[in-house]
Amino acid sequence: MQNKREITYLEAIREAMQQMMRKNPDVFLIGEDVAEYGGAFGVSVGMLEEFGKDRVINSPISEDALVGVAAGSAVTGMRPIVEIMFSDFITIAMDEIANQAAKIRYMFGGKATVPMVLRTAGGGGTGAAGQHSQSLEALVAHIPGLKVVMPSSPYDAKGLLVSAIEDDNPVIFIEHKLLYKNKKYIGHVPEEVYSIPLGQGDIKRDGKDITVVATSFMVKKALETAEALNQEQGISCEIIDPRTIRPLDIDLILESVEKTGRLACIEEACGFGGFMGEVAAQVAEKGFDFLDAPIKRISGKDCPVPYSLVLENEMIPSHERIKEGILSIFKNA
Amino acid sequence: MIKGKNENTDYLDIDNHKIRDAFKELPDSIKIEMLKKMYQIRHFETQTEQFIIKGQIHGTCHLYVGEEATAVGAVYALNKDDYITSTHRGHGHCIAKGADLKIMMAELLGKATGYCKGKGGSMHIADITTGNLGANGIVGGSIDIATGAALTCKMKYKDRIVACFFGDGAANRGNFHGALNLASIWDLPIIYICENNQYGMSMPVKESFNIAKISDRKLSYNMEGLTIDGNNIIEVYNTVRHFTDYCRNGAGPVLIECLTYRWKGHSKSDAQVYRTKEEVKAWIEKDPIIRYKKALIEEGIITEKQDAEIEAGVKEEMEQSNKFAEDSPFPDPSQVQEDVYA
Repeated sequence: MQNKREITYLEAIREAMQQMMRKNPDVFLIGEDVAEYGGAFGVSVGMLEEFGKDRVINSPISEDALVGVAAGSAVTGMRPIVEIMFSDFITIAMDEIANQAAKIRYMFGGKATVPMVLRTAGGGGTGAAGQHSQSLEALVAHIPGLKVVMPSSPYDAKGLLVSAIEDDNPVIFIEHKLLYKNKKYIGHVPEEVYSIPLGQGDIKRDGKDITVVATSFMVKKALETAEALNQEQGISCEIIDPRTIRPLDIDLILESVEKTGRLACIEEACGFGGFMGEVAAQVAEKGFDFLDAPIKRISGKDCPVPYSLVLENEMIPSHERIKEGILSIFKNA
Repeated sequence: MIKGKNENTDYLDIDNHKIRDAFKELPDSIKIEMLKKMYQIRHFETQTEQFIIKGQIHGTCHLYVGEEATAVGAVYALNKDDYITSTHRGHGHCIAKGADLKIMMAELLGKATGYCKGKGGSMHIADITTGNLGANGIVGGSIDIATGAALTCKMKYKDRIVACFFGDGAANRGNFHGALNLASIWDLPIIYICENNQYGMSMPVKESFNIAKISDRKLSYNMEGLTIDGNNIIEVYNTVRHFTDYCRNGAGPVLIECLTYRWKGHSKSDAQVYRTKEEVKAWIEKDPIIRYKKALIEEGIITEKQDAEIEAGVKEEMEQSNKFAEDSPFPDPSQVQEDVYA
């Protein structure tokens, strides 16, 4: 039975932190409301009781100082996990992320390491509107020196977080709020510690007609849409989850596009300047001859995430929009 | 030369604080070494200015001339394995903490032999091996890095502390508040050393603060703090030394404001229209090196002749450093993407 254990995404993240903190006394968790409260989404519930307040450190609302403190402790030998409640708030700490943590190693000629993980909750669908719903992965993925991880399943979340904590670079680990506790998305997670290398994508669904690259919660929507397309239209989608958007496993995507000849890129973030633009550009540069049809991006609309459910559903790619987008590629061919 | 000195005790009254005169207990060799460090900074910066004029420095530099007493006095009050963080005007802290002049100069000239292999330049020199966690191109950027290092000290290296240098301009950054508050609530072993050199680029302190002393901000954090003469190396040494014990004993953070002045412009492109020649001249008359040299001569620790020999030795060392830097190769362009990731 142990091998079949199924847990939530949130539990998988917590288990990775707990196991790594048991293993290495240099690992600690720091963030707003991470102690008694257990984090805004409950990810660290129970950790204060096990590790005490010296290793599960509550912080005042000072995102900038908090991320800088994590970077400073990392440079001097600790391995902090800093939780930023909503990914929107990384903008408050952008100097510490972009100018400090990301650049320390390079600017110092390779003579320092910054082994820190910044965990944060991204994405919309919660009615939290413009400042608590954004998908800002492109902002951080753009910056050399950072690694950016976006897990879509409990299994990936645990294995990738273990790797992120073991990595000697600053890693931005973007979780999705809609995945945390949703029983629909529970999955098998081994109890023992295991790691998934950063930079290794995963084929979430085998297919032959079209390659669909999706990240985070969009992987789930893409999988559900793929089933419908298969049943209704007989279209076989191959779904690839890069899992880490930097470093990017472009080879896995290219191999798939070589096989299918078509590419759809699905992201929750606004399309303009977004991460899927990078995927599309790399495939166009390296795999143009594989393509039988133009690449299609299905992205968040270029506006802030709105409040009203009607508007929010319009902004974030829906199953319908994903389906139409994929079908349009076949119409163009 | 020390204000408020009480001849009957070993304690000094500095800004209403009773500070032990630890300087007087230092061996002469250390007192002389401190003078040498000040000369090293002065001549390193003078040489840097020459390289700027000659067009051999690709980027900009922010010179520390006139502020030498603060870096040397503070760093000599620390233990060797204590950490420092520095600023965009960072050459002085780096030299005080024990950096090699020739490797520093090589970095300024963008050479492969420099501290950062030519990838950082003046504003990013770090020497982790001497506990120097680096200069920082962002004003105030090192304040929270230093605070994080202090958290490491509290969690892991309990006998170490951190000295965080920053300028008056940085004290108005938001993260100054965030970091000092964290240090305060967590009792972190860190000494925040605000080098008030009177200007944030062109913005005068008297226009950018509405308080008499920057150290008064200690009140917001229930922190010890005081304002001292940053051009008096003995006062700087004694004050920082006093509070290193305080921090090492777990009594938490301290905010020390050192009043000083930069003799040169903000950077190489500064025409200095915001201040008068008379003001600059008045501060040059408070030259921290001359003041310290005179004190050492008065106490019979060195003679005029020995002082001249020390300075001559430093000039000779600079010649060698310049030669090393100029003779060193530039980095191979193929190395441009190395060191991005560990």
